[in-house]
Amino acid sequence: MDLIKPELGLLFWMVVSFLIVFFLLKKFAWKPILDMLKERETSIESALQAAENAKFEMARLQANNEQLIQEAKAERDNILKAAREAKENMISEAKDKATQEADRLIKIARENINNEKMAAITDLKNQVALLSVEIAEKLIKAELANKESQKDLINKYLEEAKLN
Amino acid sequence: MIFLNVALMANEPAEHGKGEAKTENHNGEGAEKADHTAAAATGHDEFDGHGEEDKKFNPGEMILEHIGDAHDWHLFGDVAVPLPVILYSKDKGFDVFLSSAFEHGHKEVNGYKLLHTGKVASVDGSDFYDFSITKNVSILFASLFLMCVIFISVARSFAKNRGKAPKGIQAIFEPFIVFIRDDVSKASIGPKYEKYTPYLLMIFFFIWINNMMGLVPFPPPFGGNLTGNIAVTVTLAVLTFIITHVSANKNYWSHIFNPPGVPGFVLPILIPIEIMGVFIKPVVLTLRLFANITAGHIIGLAFISLIFIFGEMNAGAGYGVAIFSVAFKVFMLVLELLVAFLQAYVFTLLSAIYIGTAVEEHHHEEAHH
Repeated sequence: MDLIKPELGLLFWMVVSFLIVFFLLKKFAWKPILDMLKERETSIESALQAAENAKFEMARLQANNEQLIQEAKAERDNILKAAREAKENMISEAKDKATQEADRLIKIARENINNEKMAAITDLKNQVALLSVEIAEKLIKAELANKESQKDLINKYLEEAKLN
Repeated sequence: MIFLNVALMANEPAEHGKGEAKTENHNGEGAEKADHTAAAATGHDEFDGHGEEDKKFNPGEMILEHIGDAHDWHLFGDVAVPLPVILYSKDKGFDVFLSSAFEHGHKEVNGYKLLHTGKVASVDGSDFYDFSITKNVSILFASLFLMCVIFISVARSFAKNRGKAPKGIQAIFEPFIVFIRDDVSKASIGPKYEKYTPYLLMIFFFIWINNMMGLVPFPPPFGGNLTGNIAVTVTLAVLTFIITHVSANKNYWSHIFNPPGVPGFVLPILIPIEIMGVFIKPVVLTLRLFANITAGHIIGLAFISLIFIFGEMNAGAGYGVAIFSVAFKVFMLVLELLVAFLQAYVFTLLSAIYIGTAVEEHHHEEAHH
């Protein structure tokens, strides 16, 4: 039967033209197409990978930011606390100083007063002594107005000195 | 008139009536016209002696004529495009001329004559080789040219859209290329698939495009039956066979001549079976594609023939049958669209599997031990 008997002419042209076109298309179509498909697939793959990495990086950065914020907050609290403490310290220190100063001033004042008082007393003493001496002089003058009495007194003192 | 019928396959039912009318007209006309068409239609063993039955519609002839090869391209009625005839014989050397020189078999050219079967024969019966550009060869060239145009422009489109999303013609063919590469080549051949993918792409698209071109009834180079021609399918199968056995590794041969884990007394039975299997594979590939595509064409043409068979009995019956025939033909055409893809896929897949078994590394564990 003709149908299942390959014809030589068609067989010949089929082999020749098919092979020619096959090698032609292999060089100019199949190889470049497959290469470019592969290239694109790897580029897509790497792009996806990069996106994934970027996502991770973002998450990491976000976590970092959170941590930074947390740290900043803690730092702020610390600073505030320190400031508050410093303020209290300063106030109490100032108070202490003020009391000390006041005490000191009072003490000095008191000392001054004392000194003045002592000076006044000494002065008074001196005055009294001077007055006493003057009075005594006047008394003695009055007492020793006669020679008799002067003699008695000198004798008395001599007596006393001898005893010593 | 036969070619009119073939051409009608694609046309609307309304035109069937016209074709039928012409058929009747031919029948009614003088013997000369009938002679002429019959001569052109082929299928008769004798030049002369056209009987009354020649004027009758002969579906077998029409179908065989359509699925077979020819030395010219019939367009419609008696209009045909002549194709080059290239003949070589040891005595006369090459003879190249247009098939119109035969004048539909009425004339001998340089000692050759055109038989009614559509074949060229030498008048004195001497041996010669026929390398003519027949209908099928012209379809072959056209389809290969079409493939070049399509896939080189696809490649160009790829180059233009390098690293970007596919566009235009590239977007149409890329899914199929990726499908063949991933689901046929990579899945069946394994890690060495890259070397064989271009061949698999080539046979897949060659078979598919030719199957589709065969489904379009008109004009040339459509409507032929190239993938339903045994010379074409056998070439493809033999190429697969050669590629398989050129790339076959030790493992493959040892499975044939020394199947692992088989007791010695079974070997005399098994080895011939394995060797037969090697040769049966390409035969099966050849016949499957040939038979599927040819059968599709025969069924389609048979439905159309019914119209004319009934039409010859009674014009009304012809119209009546036409409705069902066209409905069935449309159904078959849709089915054939599926078959066109399926057969291209099956041929490519089986080729990939055969190549896969040949390049497969030690798959069975017992092979090493």
